[in-house]
Amino acid sequence: MQPEFGQWFIFGLFTVFIIGGGIGTVTSSNLFHAALWLIISLFGVAGFFVLLAAPFLAAIQVLVYIGAIVVLIIFAIMLTRRLMGLREAPNSQWAYGLVGAIVTFAVLALGLVLASTGESPLLVSQPISEITGESIRDLGIALVDVNQYVLPFIVASLLLEAAMVGAIVIAREDE
Amino acid sequence: MLPLTAFLIVGALLFCIGMYAVLARRNAVAILMGIELMLNAVNINLVAFWRYLTPGTAATAQGLQVGMAGQSFAAFVFVVAAAEVAVGLALVISIYRNRRTVIAEDVDTLRY
Repeated sequence: MQPEFGQWFIFGLFTVFIIGGGIGTVTSSNLFHAALWLIISLFGVAGFFVLLAAPFLAAIQVLVYIGAIVVLIIFAIMLTRRLMGLREAPNSQWAYGLVGAIVTFAVLALGLVLASTGESPLLVSQPISEITGESIRDLGIALVDVNQYVLPFIVASLLLEAAMVGAIVIAREDE
Repeated sequence: MLPLTAFLIVGALLFCIGMYAVLARRNAVAILMGIELMLNAVNINLVAFWRYLTPGTAATAQGLQVGMAGQSFAAFVFVVAAAEVAVGLALVISIYRNRRTVIAEDVDTLRY
């Protein structure tokens, strides 16, 4: 088996995870099942990060998205427990939403295909270089380096803290 | 190797699926899940562009260093997604407690 085929096979597998999970999330009428489909989709995205030589982001994807965000969503679904068994239909404008989503995808896909074919393709077909295991160290340095991203990093931390405090204030039961 | 376009098309498709969820679902939690899908599509794009078009290297005290813009931006998207979902679900729980509903169309007091 040549390596080319193996790569396409893994890519296709994770694509099926992502797209199948996404469609399941959007179409399942039971909200709890939608959250479980979301886990499959997010797991496929983690696989893509591994394919793209970003192992740290793949780990964070599993830890933060699947481990924290989806669990938080499931908590919210269970706290509002009337929804658990509820069969929910899409709203009255779902047809417009579907058409809008399909048209958007058609435009994006057409643009991407046009940009990657022809005489001088705008999109490359080869990665720039081999990324070594050092990329995690480089990411860590980049996030705390004064010349790179330390200011956005601190701002993001403040944003997260403010959002958590705000969430507690909003969700707290008033006496 | 896989072409960059393959990743971008999957990202575009995932984005449109999430967009449909935001436009068509009535439940506020389902709309939040659609937003999560859209943010993930953005992350796929950021990391794919980083892998294929890394904007050069920067010389530091530790020697040559691979540019990390794409991965750093993806990490910030993670932070924003966590903050967004925390505040969103707190709002959903608060609305449910006060009005016994999580249907987005029923919460339209501010429209009138």
